[in-house]
Amino acid sequence: MSPRETGRTLDVSALAPGAFGSRSLMWWGTMGIVLIESTVFALAIGSYFFLRTRMPAWPPDGVAPPDLRWGTINTLVLLASLIPNQLAKRAGERVDLRGVRIWMVVCLVFGVGFNAVRVYEFQHVNVLWDHDAYGSIVWVLLGLHTTHIVTDFLDTAVLAVLMFVGPVEEKRFVDVEENSVYWYFVVLAWLPIYGVLYWAPRLT
Amino acid sequence: MTRPIHLAAGDEHFARLEQTWADPPSFLGWFSHVDHKSIGRRYLVTAFGFFLLGGILAGMMRLQLSRPDSSLIGPDLYNQIFTTHGTTMMFLFAVPVMQALGIYFVPLMVGARAIAFPRMIAFSYWMFLFGGVFLYISFLLNAGPDMGWFSYPPLAETLYTPSKRADVWAQLITFTEVASLATAVSLITTVFKMRAPGMSLNRIPLFVWAQVVTSFMVLFAMPAIMLASTELILDRLVNTHFFDVEHGGDALLWQHLFWFFGHPEVYIIFIPGSGIVSMIITTFSRRHMFGYLAVVLALVSTAFMGFGLWVHHMFATGLPQLGESFFTAASMMIAIPTGVQFFCWIATMWSGRITLKTPMLWILGFFAIFLLGGLTGVMLAAVPLNIQVHDTFFVVAHLHYVLIGGAIFPLFGAFYYWYPKITGRMLSERLGRWVFGLMFTGFNLTFFPMHLLGLHGMPRRVYTYPASMGWGTLNLVASGGALLMGCGVLLFLIDALRALRAGDVAADDPWGAGTLEWATSSPPPYSNFLRPPTVAGREPLWDNPIDQPVIVGLRDDVRDVLVTHVLDAEPDHRVAFPEPSCWPFLTAVATTALFIWSIFNPWAVVYGSVPVFVAMVGWFWPKSPNEGATPPWPIRHRTLPRPGEAPAAGGAI
Repeated sequence: MSPRETGRTLDVSALAPGAFGSRSLMWWGTMGIVLIESTVFALAIGSYFFLRTRMPAWPPDGVAPPDLRWGTINTLVLLASLIPNQLAKRAGERVDLRGVRIWMVVCLVFGVGFNAVRVYEFQHVNVLWDHDAYGSIVWVLLGLHTTHIVTDFLDTAVLAVLMFVGPVEEKRFVDVEENSVYWYFVVLAWLPIYGVLYWAPRLT
Repeated sequence: MTRPIHLAAGDEHFARLEQTWADPPSFLGWFSHVDHKSIGRRYLVTAFGFFLLGGILAGMMRLQLSRPDSSLIGPDLYNQIFTTHGTTMMFLFAVPVMQALGIYFVPLMVGARAIAFPRMIAFSYWMFLFGGVFLYISFLLNAGPDMGWFSYPPLAETLYTPSKRADVWAQLITFTEVASLATAVSLITTVFKMRAPGMSLNRIPLFVWAQVVTSFMVLFAMPAIMLASTELILDRLVNTHFFDVEHGGDALLWQHLFWFFGHPEVYIIFIPGSGIVSMIITTFSRRHMFGYLAVVLALVSTAFMGFGLWVHHMFATGLPQLGESFFTAASMMIAIPTGVQFFCWIATMWSGRITLKTPMLWILGFFAIFLLGGLTGVMLAAVPLNIQVHDTFFVVAHLHYVLIGGAIFPLFGAFYYWYPKITGRMLSERLGRWVFGLMFTGFNLTFFPMHLLGLHGMPRRVYTYPASMGWGTLNLVASGGALLMGCGVLLFLIDALRALRAGDVAADDPWGAGTLEWATSSPPPYSNFLRPPTVAGREPLWDNPIDQPVIVGLRDDVRDVLVTHVLDAEPDHRVAFPEPSCWPFLTAVATTALFIWSIFNPWAVVYGSVPVFVAMVGWFWPKSPNEGATPPWPIRHRTLPRPGEAPAAGGAI
């Protein structure tokens, strides 16, 4: 399979028409997006703690911290979704169409779940965005992450539909793999945000 | 501007190859181009158009300030003019024009057939264009931003800017940052995964290193301003309180976020400039760069340090003394890697044989001007002086010496150096010397007096001043200098248009340079290289042995591209690149509608995202059963390799 070198040419015709994982261009593109969005999350968390130093009480007097129940439930749902996500990734890497279909659908079911629970989270943050700077940054942090779970759900849904109706070709399985990588990012990025939103106001 | 390649009969392979890589020439097809050369040219021309607009605004300011007590332009319009000038030059010219050079030349310099994610590059261009047009339409409708290019709250908050002017600014930022982030991801992927076999990391041309370092800075810096401008527009539209002291917010949060972006921004503009300097000096000194490794390390360390000195823009806000000392030290320390680059350039010229062609003149101009800007930078790093001249014309002089010296002079050098490659024609050497002379003299006449004006206490951003202050003469000199600069730019423009038709026909390598963009015809064919090269040295055209292999075996019926390993660029696999598509254009249109609509109604973010989603699905959805040229279904077992598997490629060259 190695490229044949003659006197003046390097023949690459025997190389595979694609590759998985960090060898693929798609992985690099995904990592670029992950770096950008991680920076956004990090700076938003930085804003949270900067504003915290500017207020006499955090959360301000008369405002309760967000209820632990829904946020914690959603953290568990998000973490649990990593199991079908990993199985979808593995199926993609095996080029196992049946497995990909099954596990992507399971992922989507989880996606419906954590997007629905997110509605309850918003209802129980116990502050509105226009109350004060605390309310503003809480809504922006939660809103930023919500944008990610909504768009990731939609991305995955579109790809899943394609894997059912076709045309399916082998390079689509690289897309399945990279979609799972991004799903990992969206779930793992939630953990620091959960800690900040739900626990930082409880630690004095 | 891509000339048809005349092929000998029997070269059917090359004819088919060119047909495969050609973008549709029709008018409607124009909206679906994905060729990095086509997009790169548009990007360059558009950014230069914004440079001219920003320059006209600068000329209006100089006209207004040329004499005391002038009532030509009123304060309200003057505020819009200087804000739009600064915003244009930073966001619509300096950053995009450097990225445009990257889009056009990075794939050529690394010997690739295309840029990674070509449709994303097309999307990036349309977002950039629409953002800029949006700013100028707003300006013409008397809704141009008027809070200064860094848009400080509380001035930019609803209380002091009740009109839409600050919203226009905030959304313009979103447009341009989306565009440059998309470009950065493409460039990084191109450089790390698509280099010609043999181009190990230590053989990457310095301009390409500069582009990749800049792209990483973009990834970490631009999110800060996107977050900041989002918080600003939320404060303005839905009553959040990020910068509102009364409700627990703090205007200093803005300054931290803005300058966390804003200081690296200076290096995002300067580092590509220094990459240009390295390329031109190497070519016209006729030798390899002295201290290549030191220069690369200097670029990387400048990028790291660039993130550690944003607070020196905030010395006047009353920071803890320890903070001030830290950021003073950091601001002085960043002079070290820049110094390393300077010494390497000097050593290269010293030990080389210099030919003083026009591109080289601009580099010598760069040395003089940027050095002065750097020196006033070291002065401004000292807190007492910084506070003394804060918000005066001294700062205006400093930042123009740094940005025009560090970016515009190398950039004009780049125009003269690479114009033949892009158009196939040479610019006039004789006129080029005149352009340089006018710009160099005009620049120094304009901005040197501003140092003195600042020391005499003239504040920046005032629309006029009384005659009794005694600032009239220096201001008149500065305005005269601006006129000279304007003449220089005009002369350049005339020559560039003339040369398109009547310039001398350019050879493939008119300067005798050593990097790969000169290894193909001028202008390059659609597929960049009819025979993709491999390399055996840092300057392949100088170093490659006569029988250096060329690549064969890439398909000519799909847009087949060779992907290589990160470190040593050994061949890894091939991948079929996407065809032209109008969906990036439509996605940009939908996104533009969302951004502008959202200024008037926050719910637009929800409703407006529906068309964006539809357009993105259209972009992604495969149009033909096997467009990826990978094995179609059903497949019995995996054929594409995973990381760590036996290399499908063995061949070290």
